[in-house]
Formats: sequence, structure tokens, C-alpha cells
Amino acid sequence: MATVAEVTEVHAPAPGHKGLWSWITTVDHKRIGILYLWSALLFFIVGGIEALLIRLQLFTPNGEILSADAYNQLFTMHGTTMVFLVVMPLASGFVNYLLPLLLGARDVAFPRLNAFSYWVFFVGGVLLYSSFILGGSPDGGWFGYAPLSTQVPEYVRMDFWAVGLLTLGVASIASSANFIATILTMRAPGMTLMRMPVFVWMTLVISFLLLFSLPTITVGLFQVFFDRNFGTLFYETAAGADPLLWQHLFWLFGHPEVYVLILPAMGIVSEILPVFSRKPLFGYSFVVFSGIAIGFMGFGVWSHHMFTSGMGPVAEAGFAISTMMIAVPTGIKIFNWIGTTWGGRIRLTTPMLYALAFIAMFVIGGLSGVTHSIVPADTQQHDSYYVVAHFHYVLFGGAILGLFAGIYYWYPKMSGRMLSERLGKWQFWITLIGFNLTFLPMHMLGLNGMPRRTYRYDENLGFDLWNAVATIGGFVIALGVLLFVINVIWSRRHGEIAGDDPWDARTLEWATSSPPPEHNFDQVPLVHSRDDFWHRKYTLDAEGFLQQRDEPVGDWIPEADPEHIHMPSPSYYPALTALGMGIVGYGVLYQPAGFIVAAIGALVLMWGAFGWSMEPVTRTPEPMAHDDRHPELEAAAATEEVESE
Amino acid sequence: MTDLVTAEGHGEHISTHPDMNVVRKTAMWVFLGSECIFFGSLIATFLLYRTETRGGPTAKELFDIPFTSASSFILLMSSLTMVLAHNARERRDPRQLRIWLLATALLGSTFLAGQAFEFTEFAHEGLKLTTSPFASSFYVATGFHGAHVAVGVLMLLALLFMSMSGRLRTGEGMNVELVGLYWHFVDVVWIVIFTVVYLLQV
Repeated sequence: MATVAEVTEVHAPAPGHKGLWSWITTVDHKRIGILYLWSALLFFIVGGIEALLIRLQLFTPNGEILSADAYNQLFTMHGTTMVFLVVMPLASGFVNYLLPLLLGARDVAFPRLNAFSYWVFFVGGVLLYSSFILGGSPDGGWFGYAPLSTQVPEYVRMDFWAVGLLTLGVASIASSANFIATILTMRAPGMTLMRMPVFVWMTLVISFLLLFSLPTITVGLFQVFFDRNFGTLFYETAAGADPLLWQHLFWLFGHPEVYVLILPAMGIVSEILPVFSRKPLFGYSFVVFSGIAIGFMGFGVWSHHMFTSGMGPVAEAGFAISTMMIAVPTGIKIFNWIGTTWGGRIRLTTPMLYALAFIAMFVIGGLSGVTHSIVPADTQQHDSYYVVAHFHYVLFGGAILGLFAGIYYWYPKMSGRMLSERLGKWQFWITLIGFNLTFLPMHMLGLNGMPRRTYRYDENLGFDLWNAVATIGGFVIALGVLLFVINVIWSRRHGEIAGDDPWDARTLEWATSSPPPEHNFDQVPLVHSRDDFWHRKYTLDAEGFLQQRDEPVGDWIPEADPEHIHMPSPSYYPALTALGMGIVGYGVLYQPAGFIVAAIGALVLMWGAFGWSMEPVTRTPEPMAHDDRHPELEAAAATEEVESE
Repeated sequence: MTDLVTAEGHGEHISTHPDMNVVRKTAMWVFLGSECIFFGSLIATFLLYRTETRGGPTAKELFDIPFTSASSFILLMSSLTMVLAHNARERRDPRQLRIWLLATALLGSTFLAGQAFEFTEFAHEGLKLTTSPFASSFYVATGFHGAHVAVGVLMLLALLFMSMSGRLRTGEGMNVELVGLYWHFVDVVWIVIFTVVYLLQV
């Protein structure tokens, strides 16, 4: 039914889908996903510039470019940005865009809550970055160790950090609950849990990770904020407080967070490798259950960040063992990915190159991670550049490369046009070389004793060469990112028209048009197997060889009332509620006078929340956006009739 | 494959629309799971600092168990009225619904008044927010619980308003069942706080 004629032109956005206001009020998961992706890419460039400044300062011994103060601000904001404003929203962008498509659903469970999450994220990012012009940005590290972060109360810098992260936490909690509800209750008929794409499984795991890890840092951030502003004594060691409390609260969030950053990339790679190997994912259930195991074990390893804080031999031994054990499910995944490519008919497209590089780089980062589980070795590596090298291999070599794979893979679905493969491959090789040039030397620097977070080093310590190499590498990465930006801008106009299924892919998002209509599917698919879309296209002949069907087959569930469709209506209340939250945030930063501002913010927030509750999800059904290619498209499904009292 | 659809009666009986009440309850449940960790961290902090009184008043000297027991009883009774409100909703009895919603909100407010009174008493006896880590962790843990009760009261009043203006719907917006889940959760947390923060410290 969904056979699609040759596509020659990307169809124009639906009426009413242009202009700033339509973006502010949108509740369409695809547009919200695009908002997340663009915001994250913007922050990626900003965070990258911060990294380049850091590298410039360290290019030569006794660098003169940055003051110690500026350096502290930059490394704090670089870390905070890359974790909270780049990798998490990039993943969130993919999840937003793809989750309903992969599940055969029309939207996420709570479209307006979804919009709210984005706007709260946006407000949190603005809060954090406005600190640069309001007296200096946070300067206590992305981990904000107390009591360092509770001191120097004459600056509001770490208040910006605490309030900013609290705000971002609200966004993450809201989207996690939303995604879990979507996955557990909104799947297309026949889409059983074990037929779900691995990316969806990983989304489920990270949503639970965020739900159960964010509250600990939330409590810690409140304590830091109260210590700084209301004179509480949570981290006042002179009064008998215990600074280790912060480290536990932070890392009990911080380590699950590491898996929140990497599991989406693992999910993306698990989607891409089968497509470009023309084989189903090897050991699907092992990959899924390893992801779940990582999720559970991720809550039992946090104290390996604290081996030098003197927890005693029992705790250290316990966390050393759990840290070694968490490598097992990770290793299982690696072998399954290799098994997927084994004997496959591999197409080395740009997404595939990124996915393969992800495996290689992640293995290096994973192995150096296991070295941290050995307590005596970790004591040496702690706070040295070795750790910096390790987590950049995991977060850049892992998460960012995996997310780039996802961008190249799904960009055609999102925009209707292909990114240039030629530019893409150039970008890939330049980024990969630049990345290794930057971070491989840091292993050597760390083992030679160069400490992290110091803004300069003396000459003749043996650090000169590798620091220079790393800085050059940093600029090579920047060149790669520049090529990417050029690629995106170029392909918006000149990219090859993608069509519905440019990669001959396996999952349901490719069964609809590119970009998909607002309601995703003309008719909801009835799912019969894992990789359902593949089985709609291919069958096995009598001898067991893969045979392309003449025409895709497959079940679609007819709409009961194709004439009257309602998708959720646009709403400005989510953005208004988020705005109220931002005003509260600025208000509490400058108390006591700011409390008036905060009160106004609270009123705006309540106005937004109340209006949101009062407003029906769907107003009077309007005619659907017209789609020239499918007149029957107007037959999208209705959301449930609202039962009014 | 089309056979399958035919076999199932042209797919007519396959619902593509999830029951929105189930969807919403799922989200509320996982959110409450998250809240468990939130209060768990607050209570853990209190347990770490329960003896760090810095020469200020201690738990033994301060806590008035009969008084707090009474206010705890009031809060737990509000769970009963919440159930009655939900029951009235199921029976489609708007009058009873409004009575019990109001009763729940009043009982919650009484609890909050008790907490305000208790905090003032403690402050008079020399336990300020800044007196000791014990004081900070006590006020912040119980204060956040109070804030949750206050949000609950606001939601109950909003439900009452929605019911009066005929805008209470099932399947979207706030509804009695979701607010009820939240309200019961806040009560359950209080049982833990009352036991761990009050009873175990005297």
C-alpha cells in the first residue's frame, strides 16, 4: 500500500509550518527533534571553540593566551556543554525524531510535554551561557566538587552552574518519562518488545538511567545552591560536614550518565551496521540484554571515580570488581557488532565508516577505562591527562562518532536530501585522524605525569611535544567539523533527492516518505517480525537465497475514519511554562531582590501549566496538510476521541 | 502476509490507539520512581548528618513525637479522602467528588500548617537552617516534602476548579487518578520520613 512512486522533488513544508511562531508552538516530535539537533550542533561548535582555546593555551609551555581564571571558566564550560548541551540533546534529537517512526506510532505519548522538555533544555542552555556576560561563567569544573563549588560566594558563577543543571535536569526527567511511556504503550500492533529496533531498546535503558540517576545530582545541586545562598552547612567541613557526600551524590548520577551518553550511539551503530552489511544484527537479544545489563551495572560502579578519596580497601575492592565486570556486557556488544559485519556484503558509505570507527575507537577507550578499575594504577592515573585521553576516546571516539554516523544515516529521512558522500568521507577521515592526533598523545602526557585542569606547564618537563601535537590535532578536528557544516549547507540545496529508502534499510522509518508527513504513516503498520520493513521488501527463495520481492508487501491497518484526522494542535503553553521556569532561575540567582523576579516567574510558570491543563489536546480537526503524492494520505489516524464531561 | 489481516477480520479489531489512561499512568509511575531516589538522597543526607549538631539542639531535645504523630495521622487520612474522591469519580458522582477533593486539600493544608508551626517552634528553640549540618539536612528534607504536599494541594484545587467548570476530562490534562497517584506517593514518603527522620532519632 505504501509503495511510493519515484520521488523527484522534496515536497514543501505543510502549510502553517513556516515561521518562528510555528517552531515555538510545535508539538510535532519530528520538528522538536530537529530543534534539538540544531541546538546541539550549535552548542557543539561553541564547546569546540572553547576546546580550541584550551588547546591554544597549552600549545606551548607557559602559554600566555588565557589567564588561569579564563582557563577555569573554559574547561568548566567545555565539559558542561559537551555533556549536557551536546551529546545528550543530540541523542534526544534522534530519539525524538525517530522513536515514533521506529515504533510505527504517530507521535510520542505526550507531545506537549515533549515540547516543554525542549524549551526547558533551551532555557537551561541560555541560563548557562548568559553567565559569560553576567560576571563570568562557572569555573569549578563540570563535576563542581564541593566544597570548592560552595566557596567564593561573591561570584554567582557556580550558582549559574547549579541553576542551569537543575533546569536541564527537569527537561531530562520529563523526556525520560515521556519516552518510557511511548515505548511501553504506543508501539504499533505486532511490535513486541523483542521486535523493537535496538535503538529503541537503548532509549528505554537511558530513560530509566536518567530517571533514577538525575535525582541524586538534583539533591546535590540544591545543597550546593543552598550552601552558597542560604547558609546551610551541607559542605561546610569546619561545621562537621563531609565533602565526600557531594562526590557520592555526583557520581551516583555521573556514572550512569556516562552510559546515558554512550548507549544512544551504541543503538545507532546497531541500526547502521546491519543495513550496510546486508545482514540482520548478530545476536539481537545479546545486544539488547547487554544494554540492559550495562544499565543495571552502571549504578554499581560510581565510586571508581573516587579511588583516591580514601574510602577504604573494602569499598575500593568492591567497586574495582564491579568496574571490571561492566566491561563484559560492553565486550559482548563489540563482538556482536563484529559478528554482524562478518561475511556481510559491506557497503562503505559514510555512516558505515563512522559506525566502524566507532567500534575501533570505543574499544581503545573502553580498554583504557578498564585500566582504571585497578586501584593502584588508577591512583597514578587519577587527575592526569590519561583520564582525559580515556574519556575523550569514549565520548568523542564513541558517542560523537556514533552520533555522526546517525546524522549521515538519517539526514536523508529528515530532510529528503542526501548529504554529499564525497565531502562526508573527507570529513570522516579528517575527523578520525584529527581525533587520534589530539587524544592519543594525551595517554603519554598523562602517564608522564601531566595533571589535568592546570592552565600552564613548565618547559623541560617532557610535555612540550605531545601538547603541540594534540593542539594541531584539535585544529584538524575543527577542519572536519567545518567540512560537515559545509556539507549540510550545500546539501540543503544541492543534495541528491533521497527518496523514501535510500539505504535499502530494515526498519519502519524508511517505509514512509522523506521527510515523513506530520502523521508519520498513512496507515499504521502491522508488524510481523524484527526488521519488519526488510521482510516487506525481501523474501527467501526455495534454496534459502535472498530474493527481492517485485513489490513490497506488508500489512497496514486501515483507518476507521480516514476523513477526520486530528493530530495534536500546536500549543504555546509548553514554551510559556519553560519561560516561567527560566525567569524563576534568573530570579533566584540574584536574591534577595531577585525573589520578586522569581515570584513573577512562578506566576508565569503556573499560568503556563494551568493553561496547558485546560487546553484540549486537539482542537477542532482541521484539514490535513495536503500531500500531492498521496491523496489518500489525508487519511491519517485520529487520536482518541476526547471524552468530555 | 495479507492473509493475516483477513484472518483477523481486516484488522478492524486491532486498535492502533493506546488507552491514554494507561499511557499517562505509566509516565506517572516512572516519575514517582524517580522521586523515590530524590527523597532517598535527601534522607541519606539527613542520616549522614543526624548527629552533627555542632552544639545546637539535637533531635532528642527537639522532636515532639505526639504532635508530629497527630499531623502524620492527618496526612494519612487525606489518602483516604483521596481514595473516596477517586471512587466518586468512578461512580460519576461530581458532588461527592468535589467534597472529597476539597477534604483532601484541606487535610493537606492542615498538615502544612502543622509543619509551619513545628518549624517555628524549632527555630524558637534555637534550630535555625544554618545552625548545624543536622539542622540544614532536617529542614531541607522535610521542607522538600512539604513543598511536594503544597504542589499536591494546588493540583487538588485545580481539579476542583476543573470539575466545577466542567473541564475535567479523562485521557488528557490533569485527572483525579494521576493526582491521586501523586498524592498517595507523597503520603508514603512521609511514612518513611516520619519513621527514619523522627522516630528513629529520639
